[in-house]
Amino acid sequence: MTATKLTMAQALNTALRDAMTADESVVVFGEDVGPLGGVFRVTDGLTETFGEQRCFDTPLAESGIAGLAIGMAMNGFRPVIEMQFDAFAYPAFEQITSHLAKMANRTRGRVRLPVVVRVPYAGGIGGVEHHCDSSEAYYAHTPGLTVVAPATNADAYGLLRAAIEHPDPVIFLEPKRHYFTREEVDTATPVPPIGQAVVRREGRDATLVAYGPSVPVALAAAELAATEGRDLGVVDLRSIVPFDEETVLAQVRRTGRAVVVAEAQGFASVASEIAARIGERCFHHLEAPVRRVTGFDIPYPPPKLERHHLPSPDRILDAVDALQWDET
Amino acid sequence: MSELRLVRLIEPDGSASGDDRYALPAPGELLEHYRALVRGRRFNEQASALVRQGRLAVYPSSHGQEACQVAAAAVLRDGDWLFPTYRDSVAAVERGVDPVEVMLLLSGDWHCGYDPMRHHVAPQATPLATQLPHAVGVAHAARLKGEDTVVLALCGDGATSEGDFHEALNFAAVFRAPVVFLVQNNKYAISVPLARQSVASSLAAKGEGYGMPSALVDGNDVAALTAVLGEAVRRAAGGDGPTLMEADTYRMDAHTNADDASRYRDDAEVTEWARRDPLVRLRAHLRAAGVLDDEEERAIAESAEQTAAYLRTGLSADSEPDPAELFAHVYAGPAPHLAAQAELLAAELTAEVHS
Ligand SMILES: Cc1ncc(C[n+]2csc(CCOP(=O)(O)OP(=O)(O)O)c2C)c(N)n1
Ligand SMILES: [Mg+2]
Repeated sequence: MTATKLTMAQALNTALRDAMTADESVVVFGEDVGPLGGVFRVTDGLTETFGEQRCFDTPLAESGIAGLAIGMAMNGFRPVIEMQFDAFAYPAFEQITSHLAKMANRTRGRVRLPVVVRVPYAGGIGGVEHHCDSSEAYYAHTPGLTVVAPATNADAYGLLRAAIEHPDPVIFLEPKRHYFTREEVDTATPVPPIGQAVVRREGRDATLVAYGPSVPVALAAAELAATEGRDLGVVDLRSIVPFDEETVLAQVRRTGRAVVVAEAQGFASVASEIAARIGERCFHHLEAPVRRVTGFDIPYPPPKLERHHLPSPDRILDAVDALQWDET
Repeated sequence: MSELRLVRLIEPDGSASGDDRYALPAPGELLEHYRALVRGRRFNEQASALVRQGRLAVYPSSHGQEACQVAAAAVLRDGDWLFPTYRDSVAAVERGVDPVEVMLLLSGDWHCGYDPMRHHVAPQATPLATQLPHAVGVAHAARLKGEDTVVLALCGDGATSEGDFHEALNFAAVFRAPVVFLVQNNKYAISVPLARQSVASSLAAKGEGYGMPSALVDGNDVAALTAVLGEAVRRAAGGDGPTLMEADTYRMDAHTNADDASRYRDDAEVTEWARRDPLVRLRAHLRAAGVLDDEEERAIAESAEQTAAYLRTGLSADSEPDPAELFAHVYAGPAPHLAAQAELLAAELTAEVHS
C-alpha cells in the first residue's frame, strides 16, 4: 500500500528516503540533521539508515554548508541541504545568489548544480524573532533559482522528489506550520512537474491565487464565501519560479476577478509580481483591479501579535468584497 | 602548536588550585559572586518554569553556565558594553537590566525589551555570531572617540564556526579594538557536539591565528573567570587590544524547552558535569573559608527568591502589546505605505471590538 496518513515532516522524510534509495548520489547535510533528525525531525533516522556518509551534521555555518553543496554538486553529488530556519539562511546568501544561482550560466551550462536548499519557512507557529520569515522574494528575484513551495503533504512528497531530480538548484520552502498536520499521501502518485500550478477549488465568481502556507487560508476563505453565496476558486502555485502563468491566467479570465494571497510582506513581493502579470495579461477580462492580501511591510511580529499580520480568511473576504461587484 | 593551559583557581571540591599566574580574588569579592550565582540559578529555574506555564515562548537556559554569566557582568566597568546572545539573559540582568525587561522578547513582545543605550547592553542576538562584528564596531568607535570603553562579546562554541566569528576576531586584532571575546564552550550546538565544530586543540587556540592573546579558563570557576576576564578588560582599556577567551563549561539543560537532549547525549555525561557545578564549588570554598554561614545562605536564597518573584509577577499579566506599535519604529519617520496598513489594522480591531 502506498497511501498513508503522514505529517508533512514525515512526507518530506519519506521523499528523502526514497530519493536516497533511488540515487546513491543524493546526500543530506546541515545543522542538527544527523542523530537529532533535524529540529523539525524531517531528517529523522536518515543517518541511521543510510550512514554518516550520506546524512551528516556540518560545522555550524550556513555559508559553508551552501558552499560545500556547490562543490559536491560539481563533483557528482546531489546535495539536499537544510537551513534550520528561514532567517538563518541569510549567512548563505552570498553562496546562493552569487554562485548556486549563477554557476550554470557562467559556465554556459557545463557546470550544473542539482542542489536542493530546504528551508523551514514562514510563520504561524508562535516563533520568536528570526524564526518566521517569508523569504521567497529574495530567491524568486534571483535568476537561476527555481523556487518551490508545497501546500499539501502529498505535494511536499512529490515536489521534493521532483526538486531532487531537477537539474538546477531549487529553493524548497516548507511551510513550517504544517509540519505536524496529518494528511493522506500516496507516494505512488506521479510526481507533479515543477512549474505546474494546480486548481484546488473551482469557482465562478473570483480566483484566489496562493502558495505554500497561504493555500489552506485561501481555501478556508472560499469555504466561508460559499456560505455567503459567493463561489471562489483557488489556485495553488506550487512553484513560485517558474510561475505557471497559463493556469493562473486561464482561471482569472474565467472569473474576471482575482485576489493574490501571501504571507510575506507585500511591497516588492511575489504577490506583487503575480498581480502585475494578471493585470498585464488579463486586463480586458478583469472586472476589477487585482488585489493583494499579504503580510504588512514590517518585520515579522512576535507570537502575541502574529495573528494581526497573517492573512486571514476575513481579510481575504474583505478584499473580495472590494472587487467592484456593484457595477456588474 | 602550543596547547593552552587551563586556568582554574578553585577546584570542584572547593579547595584552592594554587595557580601560578593568577591570584585568588578576596573572599568578600567571591561572596558577592556567590550571591550573583545563586540569583542567576534561581532566575534560570524561574524562567524555565514560566515556559512550562506558557508565560514565555521559549527559554534557552544558562543553567550550569552561571559562572560565565556572572563573571561577564562583574568585570565590566561603568560605560563598558556587553553583547549577549539568547542564552545570556542572566548576564544582562547582572549588568543591571530589569529582569522583566530582559524577558519581554521571549514572552512574546515585539522588541528587545530594554534600552540598549541606557544599559550599554546590546539586544540579545539570535542569528549566531552576527553580534560579534557589531561589538568590534562599538569598540573601534570608542577608540576613535578617545574613550577607554571596553566591549565584552559573548558567543557559544557552535557560533565559532560561523564566518562572522572569524571576521570579527580578525577586525578586532587588526584595529587593536578593545574587545574581549568570551566563548562559552558548553560542548553542544543544539545536538551537535564540539568535535563537529572544531578539531583545534582548543577554541581559544584560534586567537593565535589572528594575532591576539587568548586564554582557556574553567568556565565553572567564577574566580578564574573574573581574574582572567578582568585582566583582559584592563588590557583592552589600556590600548593593548582584544583577547579571546574560551570558558570550558557545560549546558546542563536541553538547548531550549523545545529540545529533547536524550536524543543525542547520555545522562552520565550530565551527571559528570554536575560534579563541577559552579555554585557547589564556590559554596564549598566560601564555607571552608568561614565567610559563608547558614544565616548568610538563607539571606542569599531569600534575595534570589525575590528576584524570581519579581519575574513571576512581571510576566504574569495577560498583556497584549499594542499592535499599533508594530508600525511605529520600522523607519525613523512616518512611512506613507505603513500608515495605510496601520489604519487597516486599526479599523479591523475597532470592528472586532464592536462585533
Ligand atoms: C545563523 C544561525 N544559524 C542557525 C541558528 C539556529 N541555532 C540557534 S542556537 C544554535 C546552536 C548554537 O550553539 P552554540 O553557539 O554552541 O551556543 P549555545 O546554544 O550552546 O549557547 C543553532 C544552530 C541561529 N540561531 N543562527
Ligand atoms: Mg554551545
